[in-house]
Amino acid sequence: MTALAPSPASPPTSRAGVRANAPASALGRAGDALADVVTMSGRALRLARRDLDSVITAAVLPVAILLLFTYVFGGAMDVGGAYVTYATPGIILLCAGFGAASTAMAVEHDMSGGMVDRLRSMPMAPWTMLTGHVAASLVKNLLTTAIVFGVAVAIGFRPDASLLDWLGAVGLLLLFVHAISWSAAFVGVLVRSPDAANGFTFFVMFLPYVSSAFVPVDTMPTWLRGFAEHQPVTPVIEAVRSLLVGAAPGTDVGATALLAVAWCVGLALVFAVAAAWGFRRRR
Amino acid sequence: MTDALVLAEGLRKDFGPPRRRVRVLDGVDLALHRGEVLALLGPNGAGKTTTVRILTTLLRPDGGRATVAGHDVVRDAARVRPLISLTGQQVALDLKQSVRENLTMMGRLAHLPRRAVRGRVDELLAAFDLAGVADRRAATCSGGTRRRLDLAAGLLTRPQVLFLDEPTTGLDPRSRQAVWEVVRDVVAAGTSLFLTTQYLEEADRLADRVALVDGGRVAAEGTPAALKRQVGEASVELDLATAADADRVRGALGLPAAEGARVLAPTDGSLAHARAVLDAAAATGVVPTAWTVRQPTLDDAFLALTGHRTGAAGRPAGQSAGQSADLTAKEVAA
Repeated sequence: MTALAPSPASPPTSRAGVRANAPASALGRAGDALADVVTMSGRALRLARRDLDSVITAAVLPVAILLLFTYVFGGAMDVGGAYVTYATPGIILLCAGFGAASTAMAVEHDMSGGMVDRLRSMPMAPWTMLTGHVAASLVKNLLTTAIVFGVAVAIGFRPDASLLDWLGAVGLLLLFVHAISWSAAFVGVLVRSPDAANGFTFFVMFLPYVSSAFVPVDTMPTWLRGFAEHQPVTPVIEAVRSLLVGAAPGTDVGATALLAVAWCVGLALVFAVAAAWGFRRRR
Repeated sequence: MTDALVLAEGLRKDFGPPRRRVRVLDGVDLALHRGEVLALLGPNGAGKTTTVRILTTLLRPDGGRATVAGHDVVRDAARVRPLISLTGQQVALDLKQSVRENLTMMGRLAHLPRRAVRGRVDELLAAFDLAGVADRRAATCSGGTRRRLDLAAGLLTRPQVLFLDEPTTGLDPRSRQAVWEVVRDVVAAGTSLFLTTQYLEEADRLADRVALVDGGRVAAEGTPAALKRQVGEASVELDLATAADADRVRGALGLPAAEGARVLAPTDGSLAHARAVLDAAAATGVVPTAWTVRQPTLDDAFLALTGHRTGAAGRPAGQSAGQSADLTAKEVAA
């Protein structure tokens, strides 16, 4: 039965034009790793699409929260303008946190199941599994962002932004999602149960609440304001809000955006390294 | 042993925190030759999975060395991986992907040329009798079908050595047969197989050679037949209605007096000798309620060579295999 025969002495050539399974050149290896990331992202997206929980988290929950904030809390908020316009960027960040929690759970599932062993015993870079989850998380959140913006506009969100402003805002949101996805990957590698991975939600929900996402920070007590002003979500929110609806008086848009980018890139770097370290270490 | 495809020499592995280290492998020596099936047979906790994890580059040994086709599994792991395939105890499938999607993903990850993936997947679907469920999600397949899919998913790369860690644990007898069938096909096509199992029957059916592992060591090694010979001979077993009948048969066969209504007559296992025994028993005129020619089983071998049956847990760390062998001698004598 030839279908089951082991590979002959000279196996067929791969994309990279060298021996299948073992590209000799660095370029061939990089090409294979890139292809693996594409394969693993496609897989993570397919699995997310087929997971009811993750679909609700990505598409239904964000809209529900948007409506909740606008119609339940919105009336009591005085932010000097329509509350939906004030809160929409924050809701997108909050939902990125929920999405990250499903990413953490997906990574945990792969790490505790048989999949990671098989990938590790294969001639591929097994960390592409993590990269796949992060890439899928970006795609998923892009979709969530589009849905939230769409519904927000329908219920009165009136941004005042050029195409460039929009690109900047969405780019910044994606940078944030990227950072939070790597932190989710790290959590997924670290924890040993789905429940623990889900507990990550608490942490990522906490950050947007204690920021300028839903209320101006100057309404908070002094001790909390110190934290709220110096945590990563606030500059991201402020920069996105400045780009979409115009800067609050006295805000240096350029400096805020730069700070936001620095936070996102820094966090992504730290958590990606930590996730890779945890991945290697866990046996 | 220089032509061994997989070679392990003195593998040691400890687990646990520094003060309470538990020795899981205590000097494992093994060799798998090209085209051969080697079964690692032992109870839970004997060190079978740890051995497989070291040989498949997932775990570093604390001592000793191992090679696959001459490549060191620690230093040359990247050269080892293209040659091997692991199907572990935990199924490595995405239950929310279809059978075909699972295989296609593995084909891509194996870096097969993009156009070749589809053909290869179709080949494996046919060979593993999965074509009929190709578009079903793995979650809706039976345990046995999932196991076959898991095996197929490990074969996209056409490995030289297949590592199967307890491939039929938890399967019903029919699914087990189906898994054995495809495993035999894979071996017949030229793939060498390194198998772990806690089922004696499985080792007996599939393996050319069996290594009995116990307490982190190889307690005995040989062909299933040789291991069985090592523990004793076949016997004709006759169940009589009463102890008195049994005594009459024992007398006719020239056997020493014994208790009970069961007569055990040693035989060399040949047709002529078994027939002679049965003729002599029949000549007494008493009719046995049941009779059989009983071959020693691997279970007997395991008991004799390790001192306990396969179902028992492994020895605590530190107790040597030597002590176990002494115990065996006493138990066998008793």
